[in-house]
Amino acid sequence: QRRERKMSASEGNKNTEPWGGFDDNLIQGTGSAVIDMENMDDTSGSSFEDMGEMHQRMKEEEEVTAEAAATEEDNGNDGEFLGMKGLKGQLGRQVADEVWQAGKRQASKAFNLYANIDILRPYFDVEPVQVRNRLIESMIPIRMINFPQKIAGELYGPLMLVFTLVAILLHGMKTSGTVIREGTLMGTAIGTCFGYWLGVSSFIYFLAYLCNAQITMLQMLSLLGYGLFSHCLILFITYNVHFHSLFYILWLVIGGLSTLRMVAVLISRTVGQTPRLILCGTIAALHMLFLLYLHFAYHKIIEGILDTLEGPNAPPIQRVARDLPSIVNVVNATVKSLAAAAMNSQ
Amino acid sequence: MAEVDEPGKPLFAGLSDVSISEDIPVEGDISVPVGSQNVDDVFSTLDEPVKDTILRDLRAVGKKFIHVMYPKQSSALLRDWDLWGPLLLCVTLALMLQGGSADSKEDGGPQFAEVFVIIWFGSVIITLNSKLLGGTISFFQSLCVLGYCILPLTVAMVVCRLVLLGFTGTISFIIRLIVVTASFSWSVFASTAFLADSQPANRKALVVYPIFLFYFVIGWMVLTFSPSQ
Repeated sequence: QRRERKMSASEGNKNTEPWGGFDDNLIQGTGSAVIDMENMDDTSGSSFEDMGEMHQRMKEEEEVTAEAAATEEDNGNDGEFLGMKGLKGQLGRQVADEVWQAGKRQASKAFNLYANIDILRPYFDVEPVQVRNRLIESMIPIRMINFPQKIAGELYGPLMLVFTLVAILLHGMKTSGTVIREGTLMGTAIGTCFGYWLGVSSFIYFLAYLCNAQITMLQMLSLLGYGLFSHCLILFITYNVHFHSLFYILWLVIGGLSTLRMVAVLISRTVGQTPRLILCGTIAALHMLFLLYLHFAYHKIIEGILDTLEGPNAPPIQRVARDLPSIVNVVNATVKSLAAAAMNSQ
Repeated sequence: MAEVDEPGKPLFAGLSDVSISEDIPVEGDISVPVGSQNVDDVFSTLDEPVKDTILRDLRAVGKKFIHVMYPKQSSALLRDWDLWGPLLLCVTLALMLQGGSADSKEDGGPQFAEVFVIIWFGSVIITLNSKLLGGTISFFQSLCVLGYCILPLTVAMVVCRLVLLGFTGTISFIIRLIVVTASFSWSVFASTAFLADSQPANRKALVVYPIFLFYFVIGWMVLTFSPSQ
C-alpha cells in the first residue's frame, strides 16, 4: 500500500496547471532527476528506507537459500528428506526467481527515476490547431505592453521548428558546397541550431533574472523557439532564390516582425526603462545577427561564375552558391533576368 | 487420523520426525509443476544449426519487407519487432551514399557515420516525440517500423545510381526527382499506417510531421547524391 500511495501522490502533482503557470519550476521542472517520489509523502520517510527494506528482503532470501543448502548438506549424510530432495531444484529456482525479480524491480525503479520522460509529457500536450495559431502569432507583435502577456509553455512547436531549421540548413550547406573539415555537415547543423536555441535562451533567462523580469525558463525556450519560425521562412526562401536584396528586405520585414513580438512580450513582463532596454536590445541583436550568420556562413565567394549569370549589372562582391541542381538554376536565372529587365526599363 | 492406526505399527508415527530411515527404500518420481523448464527445452534455439537460425531471421525480415511494400493495417510488424532489417537497410543506404560528389580536394558527400547517425538519432527523436504525445507504442516497436520504412528510399537510391550511369543533365534530375518523391511519400504513408494508429485521433498531424521531416532529409540526401567522376 505504501507504494501505491506514493504513486498517487506524485501523479497528483503532475496534473496541475496545464497552462504552465508561474510556479512551473517549483512543481514540475526543478531537479527532474531528483523528483524522489518518496519525498512527496511525509510519512514515508526517505528512499533509504525502501533500499533498506529491499536489502533486508534479499538478505532473508539469501539466508533461506543458505539454510536450505546447509540442511541439504546435513541431511545428505543421513539420508535426505524426501521433500527437500525432490523439491530442491524448485526451491532453488524460486529463490533465484525472487532475486531476479527484486533486482529487476530495483533497476526499473532507478530507470524510471532518472530516465523518466513523463516529466516532459505536460509540455507536449498540444493540439495541431494550437501549434498553427502560435506559429502565426509569433509574427504578430502585440500592442498591449502594460499587461504581462501570456506565453504558452510548450516544447513541441519549438522543437519541431529547430529540427526544421536543421533540415533547411542542411539543404543550404549542401547546395553551397560547404566543406566541413573537422566534423560532419549534420553535426554542425544540429550543433548550431540547438546551441542557439538552448544557449541564447539560457543567456536571456539569466539576464531576465538579473533584470527582474517575470519569465520562466520554459517560457523563454518557447518564445525563442517560436521566433525561429521567421528564420525558417526566410532561409527556406533565400537558400533557393539567391537574390541579395530580397534577403535584406525579408530580413528586415519578417525578422523584424518576429523580433518585435518577442521584444513586446518581454517589455510587458519587465519593469523599469534600463532593464527593458538591456533585455530587449540583447534579444533583438542576437535574433537578427543569428539570421545574418546563417545566411552568410554557408555561402562561398565565387568570382568567375557571376559574370555569366548576371552580366554587367553585377555588384562587385556577390555570394552565390554553386553545384545547384538545374531546376534551381532555371529559377535563379528567371528571377535575375526579371530584375535586370526591371532595372533596364527604369 | 488417529483412527486408522494399524495394530503394532503406527502409520503416521514417523511424521513428527521428518527424516526417513534407510531401510525403507523410497523411489519413484515426483512431478513438480515447474512448467518453465520443459518449455525451455522445447523452444531452445541454441542447439539448432546456424543455417536454420539465419534462414529463420532472414525469412522474418523478408516478410516484414513485404509488409512495408504493401502497407495494410496489420500488426505483424509491431508484434514481432526486430532491428535486423533496419540495420541492413541503414548500412546499405550509407554505403551507397558514400563516395559522393565533387572534386578530389573536397568531400561533398555524406560520410557513412553521418547517414548512420541521422537515421538512428532521427528515429529515436521521433519515437520519443510520439511517446510524449501520448502514444501507446513501445520504443523498439517504433524504431523497427521507422527503420523498415526506409526500404522505399533505399530502392530509390539504387534506381538513382542506375539513372546516373545512364543519363545526365536535366533529364536525369527530373527522373531522379520523380523517383525520390514517390518513394519518400511511400515511406511516409507506410510508416504512418503503422504508427498513427497508436495516437489519439486529433494528434495524428503532430506525429506525422517529424516523420515527414525525417524521410525528407533522407530523401534529400538521396536526391543530391552525385557520384565522383
